[in-house]
Amino acid sequence: MNIPGKIAIIALIVIAVVSVLAPAISQYDPVKIDLDSIKEKPGQDHLLGTDNKGRDILSRILYGGRFSIGIALLAGIVSLLAGFLVGIVSGYYGGKTDIVLMMFVDLVLSFPSLLLAIGISLILPSGLITVVVAIASVGWASFARLIRGHVLVLKERPFIDAARVIGCSDARILWSHILPNCLPLSFVYLGLKMGGYILTESALSFLGLGVQPPMPTWGSMISLNRVYILSAPWTVIFAGIAILITVVCFNIIGDALRDSLDYAAK
Amino acid sequence: MSLIFYFIYQLNRFPVIKRRTIIKAYILKRLLLLVPLFLGITVITFALIKALPGDPVLSLVGERSSPETIERIKKQIGTDRSFIFQYTGYVQLLLKGEMGRSYYTQRDVARDILDKFPNTLKLAFASMILAVPIGLILGFVSVRNKGKPLDIFTSIIAVGGISLPVFWIGLILIYIFSFLLNLLPPSGTGDIRFLILPAVTLSLPAAASIARVARTTMLEIIGEPFVQTARAKGLGETAILVKHVFKNALIPLVTIIGLDFASYLNGAVLTETIFGWDGIGRFTMEGIIKRDYPVVMGCLLVGTSAFVLINFAVDILYQYLDPRIRIIEHSG
Repeated sequence: MNIPGKIAIIALIVIAVVSVLAPAISQYDPVKIDLDSIKEKPGQDHLLGTDNKGRDILSRILYGGRFSIGIALLAGIVSLLAGFLVGIVSGYYGGKTDIVLMMFVDLVLSFPSLLLAIGISLILPSGLITVVVAIASVGWASFARLIRGHVLVLKERPFIDAARVIGCSDARILWSHILPNCLPLSFVYLGLKMGGYILTESALSFLGLGVQPPMPTWGSMISLNRVYILSAPWTVIFAGIAILITVVCFNIIGDALRDSLDYAAK
Repeated sequence: MSLIFYFIYQLNRFPVIKRRTIIKAYILKRLLLLVPLFLGITVITFALIKALPGDPVLSLVGERSSPETIERIKKQIGTDRSFIFQYTGYVQLLLKGEMGRSYYTQRDVARDILDKFPNTLKLAFASMILAVPIGLILGFVSVRNKGKPLDIFTSIIAVGGISLPVFWIGLILIYIFSFLLNLLPPSGTGDIRFLILPAVTLSLPAAASIARVARTTMLEIIGEPFVQTARAKGLGETAILVKHVFKNALIPLVTIIGLDFASYLNGAVLTETIFGWDGIGRFTMEGIIKRDYPVVMGCLLVGTSAFVLINFAVDILYQYLDPRIRIIEHSG
């Protein structure tokens, strides 16, 4: 892996660790309203200042990271699993199954992702699970298409024929020959997609369709404080920087993983 | 529905030899795919109406509508009959251009959308006009200086661009250009001064993704033999890039630009809200905040339909743009 990739991985690990350890690190309660210290500038007491309700922004960013990264990761894993199932069945069995499934994939991919996610978040009661469902219900389709393409190539390879000749069942071929060979590709793709999931999650939170207040998410922190950008810009700036850095890390890692996979293929 | 699936299945089954026939079959297939696509869109919006608490007729027109309107819609949707019947009634309503009335303004949603759509298009075009040259120039600079600091710098900018949360960068731009520098109005709809900030906001991620695609495709093409020939001929590097490499990179670029244009609809929801730009995106957002369901559903319907149609157009255009298709046609 290249140098930017390594730096991004280290940065991301740091972000993940401080988010997970948020209760131990942050000195302030992220949801407790403190009307004595409203919109304080970044300083000694509050490293990144406080928001319109006197809540420490650093603590809120740390806690918010658990939701933002956690939801994106969960949505990514759900998408990956669903996409895997559809992609493998579609690619391996082919025929009518393949055509119908891929048509469904085309259908989902033809929707503007954010609008579809908004629609789903409106139907379901708002909360963490809904956000995951909203993101994953769009995300699985591109995984399915990718895995299917890969399976189509794999199943023509001699070792699959060999497996069939020695009497392996379809299930066994899928589980112990096709599946492991799809794993590296799908993890690379997951890396490439994670940044987008975080952006979608924060956009949904920004629109008020994500995890509900008082729990902090990066998107809702920006949305709740956007009217104070003139008097207290720090209430908006830092949450955005948190999103930006995290997404950049994921994108760099995704790029680096893809490059190294391309390199391995050659 | 199953008839359409069967038709597409048949289309896929028969090997077609001539390229032109292939294109025609492809267009036909895509056209047929539009039918389940539009059915899918309407099923989703209809499911939304059904999922809402209370009477679906009232949730379409609002409680304060005139009794005649309620009676008319009730007749169409027929809440006491089966789901399929209700759904077909809903589609018939849509075909007549009836999307319900806003709960708050009592105005016809379809008419409001028609009024606001040109504004969204204006914004999308303005962003495209900004994004395409910026993206291409960045890609160009990157390829021309491959491996040098300038390439690394532009690549970092491009990664940053695709990673930007648009709603955040929009707020930051307002803070800098409206409050600190006092150059541009922070929000509103109107002449070009109002257009600049939202257009820039919307164009940043698009320019970055164009730059990335430009870089990868051009670098791929540089490895091909005809570039070696051009080099052997004694052409300068810049001339090679402009005359040979860029020309060949155009096709994938046109695709990504077209797809980007469709995805502006996504970004527009956030951008228009922040800048108070009176388009479909802000209309959607207002509907969501006020739980004005007819408005939200109308916007979802129109937004997704526009997205699907643009994607369709780009897909077809792509089939015609690739000159290699024509070569096969002549030789075959």
